[in-house]
Amino acid sequence: MSRSTPNILDRPLGGRGARSEGSVSTSAFAYLYSELVQYHQSRVASISELERRLESSGYGVGLKVLELLAYRAREYKRETRLMNILQFVSSAVWKSLFGKAADSLERSIDHADEFMIVDYEPITSMYVSVPSDLGQLSVDAYLSGIIAGVLDGAGFTARVTAHSVTLEEHEVSANNAPNANSSGSGSVNNNLPPRKDKAVFLVKFAPEILERDATLDR
Amino acid sequence: MGGFLHLFIVNKSGGLIHHRPLSDRAPTIGTNEWLRIGSTFHSLHAIAAEASPLRLLGNKNAYGADDGIEEINAGGILLKSFQTRTGVKFVITADPGTADIDYVLREIYVLYTDCALKDPFYELEMPIRCELFTQAVDLLIERVEKSGPGSFKQR
Repeated sequence: MSRSTPNILDRPLGGRGARSEGSVSTSAFAYLYSELVQYHQSRVASISELERRLESSGYGVGLKVLELLAYRAREYKRETRLMNILQFVSSAVWKSLFGKAADSLERSIDHADEFMIVDYEPITSMYVSVPSDLGQLSVDAYLSGIIAGVLDGAGFTARVTAHSVTLEEHEVSANNAPNANSSGSGSVNNNLPPRKDKAVFLVKFAPEILERDATLDR
Repeated sequence: MGGFLHLFIVNKSGGLIHHRPLSDRAPTIGTNEWLRIGSTFHSLHAIAAEASPLRLLGNKNAYGADDGIEEINAGGILLKSFQTRTGVKFVITADPGTADIDYVLREIYVLYTDCALKDPFYELEMPIRCELFTQAVDLLIERVEKSGPGSFKQR
């Protein structure tokens, strides 16, 4: 009758319309995401509620991305260690969603249960200018929802929040070079002014998770 | 030497949604004056299409935008306007003889679609308050002035 259609889990995420394996136009995503933010903004009364709604929008994505990546990487063994799951999020998840690994993964000095994933150019806030009356809002809350979804799905309950942190001097100059090398979206970046801040996703694990991880050490 | 003076953007109903000096030599114009300039230009643009002895098909030019004023060349000033299919008019005033204005107008249109239209906090047809847009416009003017006249050939 016909050639067997590939299993839906093996098909590129963009569907048959995707120009190349697993890639979608940044503009399409930007417009869609802009509508998502506007939709929620008209229904909330505060900044934190808006962030929470964006986080829950991303949560579902996180759960599904975890399943998809676990399925596609056939030798995948379920991660049970904290550092490993964080590495998975900052490299494998980021690479499959955004084409490159997260820029850094750090451990907080003051709190043992806090970790930070840093991205210098998150796509959710590429074209966004937050008005001054919304001060601390970070539209990257969607991405922190994705991270929370992946972590929760893997059995590591965590609270993830997104923060816009102003770039330090040495980081500003270091980032103007990589942007010129980024493939595909290079021509888009040329017109936009260099970003003055980076997105830091603060991951705070529940105490049971840390205890569990500590017992695995022995 | 650049020679760019002002940029102003008029929405499809004739309201001014953005104005910005592009160099220090640009004369200071008060906000009310700007609103008057915006609506005056909008009306003249529309009248010019009607008054023109040559009527285009459907009153649209080659790019699908409404027919109207594209350039005003006066003794001390050069004004160029670029209208999009959606009726938004990007207007730049400059010293006579300034080159690359068409390129700059088109680039500003691209910046508008990127920094204003993709910004969830920007309301269509309202004044543009997106910081990213103003920074990008400044960067564009800087880039054009640095590369000298005639380096951006038009199609």
